[in-house]
Amino acid sequence: MKQGRTQMWKQVYDWFERRLQIEGPIKDAVLHKVPRNTASWWYVFGSAAFTLLMLQIVTGILLALVYVPSGAEAWNSLNILNHQVPLGWFLRAMHGWGSDFMVAVVFIHMAQVFLFGAYKFPRELTWTVGVFLLLMTLGMAFTGQVLRFDQDAYWGLGIGVFILSRVPWMGGGLVHLLLGGPTIAGATLSRFFALHVFVIPGTLLFLVAMHVWMVLKLGINEWPMPGRLVRKSTYIAEYNKLAHEDGIPFIPGAFWKDLIFSGAVLAAVAVCAAVFGPYGPGGQPDPSITQTVPKPDFPFLWIYAVLSYLPPSMETPFILTAPILMIAGLLAVPFVAGEGEKSWHRRPVAVLALTSVALAWAVFTHLATYTPWSPHMSAWSGDTLPVKYLRAATPLVRQGAVIFQAKQCRNCHSIGGQGGERGPALDAVATRMTLDQMRYKVVTGGGNMPAYGKNLSPPEIEALVSFLETLHPANEQPAIDASQQATQSSALPAPASGSSPP
Amino acid sequence: MSDQSDSPRKQSTGPDIDRASEQASDQEGPAIVSRRWLLLKAGIALNGLVGLALAVPIVRYLLAPVRKDDSYKSWISLGAADSFPMGETRLVSFKNPWTRPWDGETDNVAAYVRKEGANQFTVFAINCAHLGCPVRWFPQSQLFMCPCHGGVYYADGSRASGPPERGLFTYDYKIAGGQLQIDAGQMPSLSNTAKLVNISRPGQDGRAKDGDCGCRG
Repeated sequence: MKQGRTQMWKQVYDWFERRLQIEGPIKDAVLHKVPRNTASWWYVFGSAAFTLLMLQIVTGILLALVYVPSGAEAWNSLNILNHQVPLGWFLRAMHGWGSDFMVAVVFIHMAQVFLFGAYKFPRELTWTVGVFLLLMTLGMAFTGQVLRFDQDAYWGLGIGVFILSRVPWMGGGLVHLLLGGPTIAGATLSRFFALHVFVIPGTLLFLVAMHVWMVLKLGINEWPMPGRLVRKSTYIAEYNKLAHEDGIPFIPGAFWKDLIFSGAVLAAVAVCAAVFGPYGPGGQPDPSITQTVPKPDFPFLWIYAVLSYLPPSMETPFILTAPILMIAGLLAVPFVAGEGEKSWHRRPVAVLALTSVALAWAVFTHLATYTPWSPHMSAWSGDTLPVKYLRAATPLVRQGAVIFQAKQCRNCHSIGGQGGERGPALDAVATRMTLDQMRYKVVTGGGNMPAYGKNLSPPEIEALVSFLETLHPANEQPAIDASQQATQSSALPAPASGSSPP
Repeated sequence: MSDQSDSPRKQSTGPDIDRASEQASDQEGPAIVSRRWLLLKAGIALNGLVGLALAVPIVRYLLAPVRKDDSYKSWISLGAADSFPMGETRLVSFKNPWTRPWDGETDNVAAYVRKEGANQFTVFAINCAHLGCPVRWFPQSQLFMCPCHGGVYYADGSRASGPPERGLFTYDYKIAGGQLQIDAGQMPSLSNTAKLVNISRPGQDGRAKDGDCGCRG
């Protein structure tokens, strides 16, 4: 009986196999030998990125069942997904967190591949396709942020417009193409929907197929050994020898680690989704609401930070050339260093470059997260002055404190840990600047400070600097300039020397 | 199905047939083969021609949004010129003249109107000249502040501090029938409304002009 059933399944299988003829290629892929020490936890990021792509496709299709890609309805449909469709919030959260994880895993995968010299001969094209996969992934993240169609999406697009508009001659046309018209509107959302759902995913899947095909055909990169040099003339033979003499079948030898890591990543996405919930949508995309503090999503925070530190004269040259140079640099890697050492023990420049890039990225992302350069728009009316600063205040100093609040100084300068961080904290400003220096700075501005000379009357300026002069620790004297110091120090010992006072 | 030869292991039949037919075509002689290649080339050429012919309308369709700025703009009333208080800056909003029914709230556009004299106005776009974020007006300190990267502008729109390379963008305006009208309809950016030009005004910080380039001779 049991044997008969097995026989029946065998026949069904054979019927399909006779027509599909897919058993051979699958067996080849599954059982192909990989060098033994590539069955490593370091080699799991590519498959995890693929798993996340599948997750994004599935959750994306599920969201598309409800989402309305219309300028007038998108924001509402997301709120309905969040609050009315059962578990709609969870699907949105999975898609949003899946996106962040995918960007992160793709970057980690790239860093690992770079560190292991896997882009060298004959895997140059695999790396090149990988660079485009990275760009597609970032493209998905940006277009996805637009589909959220809230204030951040609107003003994020605005930043895109201002970047594109700097392109010489074609800037205006490019902006119209990006937006589908003269402003960010319904037409813009429609085209970003087409990009996010058809154009980029289609390209992404095609490139992924190419990428994986080449990994199968060329074999996984062997574990780098110091002194084992890549030479175009000998590499293929050496690799085949290694894979055959010290190789194990890909499944199950290496694949079980891929499976476990992918499962763990999926679980992490689900936990983040369940605990932290979906991203927004934030405020409705009404550009006449100026009470907004737009900020890009996680993958683009570093750009947001870089753009705030550029001196004005560098802005346009940097924006126009940096992306091209970055992409060209990435694409050039395998053609500049296609042979030679793979081991990070013998590639100090590569290790240093990777570390520098990673550090810079981390620093800029951290800065962008805590936005020290953005004024705190409500600090002047919302944050209170610590009482201790006003306990012994004269009426003039109190008036100065009122001016300090009312003229929005607080939006950029913190006191008592509250307020903006664009300018320096002023808790001890009197120890750093003399009265005259403060007066000059307030009137003329400079650096990142506006000149208040036009907006404050002389009595207001006097009151303000009187208040600022009280801002020093009790045990520290306020700063005085050299001439004052000279008169003071010469005035003090004067009686002792016996000379008559002036 | 019962026939054992149906087993997938015997895959060799397919390729054998291919090889056989290849040999057959070789035996057909060079004239026939070159005629087939010619026909293939004709087929490719035909598809290329049709592709080109189709590309024209497709590219035209794709480029439809690319137009001259002026074709998107028109005069819009912001209300009676008398209704704006003298010497003050007010936030106004208007409907974008270029709309589609599915634009939703995005067709609300805001601007700052500053009345400087009887019929003297300056109408600022709310977009920061750095990266387009909406600036906020603080009447107490007479400053516009941008929430993104901390660009600050004076009341006359000139750059006070921060990363912007120039002052706020302004709209052209006119008074028609007592109404304040502006020429709007296009998101202001460095490529259209005002370009990257020096609009230095009296009292502007000298350092602000660093990025403003060859306009100072």
